[in-house]
Amino acid sequence: MSTVLVVLEHDRGSLADASLEALTAGRGLAGQLGVGMAAVALGGSAAMAGVAGSYGAATIHVVDHEFLADYGPEAWGESLAQLVQFLQPAAVIATGTDRGNEVMAQAAARLDLPMVANVLEARPSSMAGSLWALTRVRWGGSLLESTSLTSATPMLTFSHHAVIAEPIAAPGLAGVETFVPSLDAAHARTNVRDRVERPAGVTLATARIIVSGGRGVGSAENFAPLTELATTVGGVVGCSRAVTNNGWRPHSDQVGQTGTRVAPDLYIACGISGAIQHWVGAMASKKVLAINTDPEANMVTKADYAVIGDLHKVVPAVTAEILRRRG
Amino acid sequence: MRTAVCVKRVPAPGARINISADGQSIDTTHLAFTTSPHEECAVEEALRLTEKHGGDVTVFTLGAGAADEQLRYGLSLGAQHAVLLPTDGTDWDPQRTAAALADAIREREARDGQFDLILFGNESADSGGFQVGIRVANALGRACVNGIKGIDIADGIATARRESDVGLEVYELAMPAVLGVKEGINLPRYPTLKGRLSSKKADVDVVTPAGVAGGQIALRLLPAAEQVSETVILGHGPDAAPAIVDLLEELGLLS
Repeated sequence: MSTVLVVLEHDRGSLADASLEALTAGRGLAGQLGVGMAAVALGGSAAMAGVAGSYGAATIHVVDHEFLADYGPEAWGESLAQLVQFLQPAAVIATGTDRGNEVMAQAAARLDLPMVANVLEARPSSMAGSLWALTRVRWGGSLLESTSLTSATPMLTFSHHAVIAEPIAAPGLAGVETFVPSLDAAHARTNVRDRVERPAGVTLATARIIVSGGRGVGSAENFAPLTELATTVGGVVGCSRAVTNNGWRPHSDQVGQTGTRVAPDLYIACGISGAIQHWVGAMASKKVLAINTDPEANMVTKADYAVIGDLHKVVPAVTAEILRRRG
Repeated sequence: MRTAVCVKRVPAPGARINISADGQSIDTTHLAFTTSPHEECAVEEALRLTEKHGGDVTVFTLGAGAADEQLRYGLSLGAQHAVLLPTDGTDWDPQRTAAALADAIREREARDGQFDLILFGNESADSGGFQVGIRVANALGRACVNGIKGIDIADGIATARRESDVGLEVYELAMPAVLGVKEGINLPRYPTLKGRLSSKKADVDVVTPAGVAGGQIALRLLPAAEQVSETVILGHGPDAAPAIVDLLEELGLLS
């Protein structure tokens, strides 16, 4: 029987949370089609069967090859393409992360199939000449596009953070099938050669609080109070594109469509006007607090909470109040 | 060293995008256009690599005839050659776009020699398909890595760095190779007045693209659901600090 095949994302065996979103999206699609769901772990291990099963996968295909031990877009994409040819699944799903989009595009290019990135919704189409009706995001999420797909094997990535991962009520263990792809050294030419690990600590991706600054901060030096607040609460500093374009902060701090998509418990936007390209990077935050002199700023109207005032005065006052309460 | 950069003309980031009445396209009446941000950085990177290692830069674009503006912008910054693949202005699907670009690159290489490096943006700012560069690389049989934020060239090897959740990943690609770069790899320069003037008179080669439509057909654009939020105003100025700290405590963020 045909299945929906879900690509698990992992780094050297450590499963990414994005995989759980893909499994949840894949399960929804499998339900619509009345078929089962299988997971694929490229270079992964049978140890992932537990997680796959608890999200509803009946089978996990462990794709095993020496060239898959570390990440490589071509080795992973070629292996996925070979598995897709072997299984002929009803659909192939991943989450639209850097790796998710890259592996799917590599596989789709090799299979000469369409690949649609950053989908929100997929259903079989009732329209003549179309097999699938999709809704996907454009402009990083500020516009939606309704798309028709003529492929019988849709290869879709779901927009990251758009699906809320949910395990099934009565989880089982996924059955393990091993698949050995035919790879040669040329497929491994783009494998990761080396890694430079960042010093341990919180990052934009893992922080519970992000203290983010925009054009309103005014200079590189003026970020000092934001850094102090972030350090006090165990968070990190983020910023808008205007800030990196002015050279006040490194691009690695940039939140937004062309920077990092973040999802902290609280996003504190200081002096950020809230252009849509910034908002799409911050909108997955559980709560947003805007500090801005302009009560009409987009960031203020979109935020859950706002303080109207000068960030240069408000931010140090917050740090002082926390330290005062801590005694 | 010969470098090609493929760019896309898109409305300037930050602009409010309105959808046309028929939902088939965006209303461009009041929009300024620019080069998609990742690709602006790709052009800059190509120029920097050329300044360091010699050679030349060719900028390609597929799009409406007006995309001539983005090619001339590349020329004004210092690129030597530009190739326009004009379409009717509709957004071509990724398979068709990639096939047309691969053909144009092959044709150019047959005439002038191989490109050692072909740079793309990681994804276009508007349609965000995340695949054209990968498909072109696949069609040309070349190694490709996306998401690149640092490139060094030595002895025929492109060493490319990409950010990951835990740090940096380093890739080593024997050239010819294809890389998809991300904003942040550099801070793009502005054109000089002299560059602007000479780019107006420069030649832009026009190659009419063919290509068969792929399987993905955009039907309609829709506004994203506006996130409606009842904003709670916690106060005004530094006097609001206790209310903010109360909120942090309430959210369990000060433990």
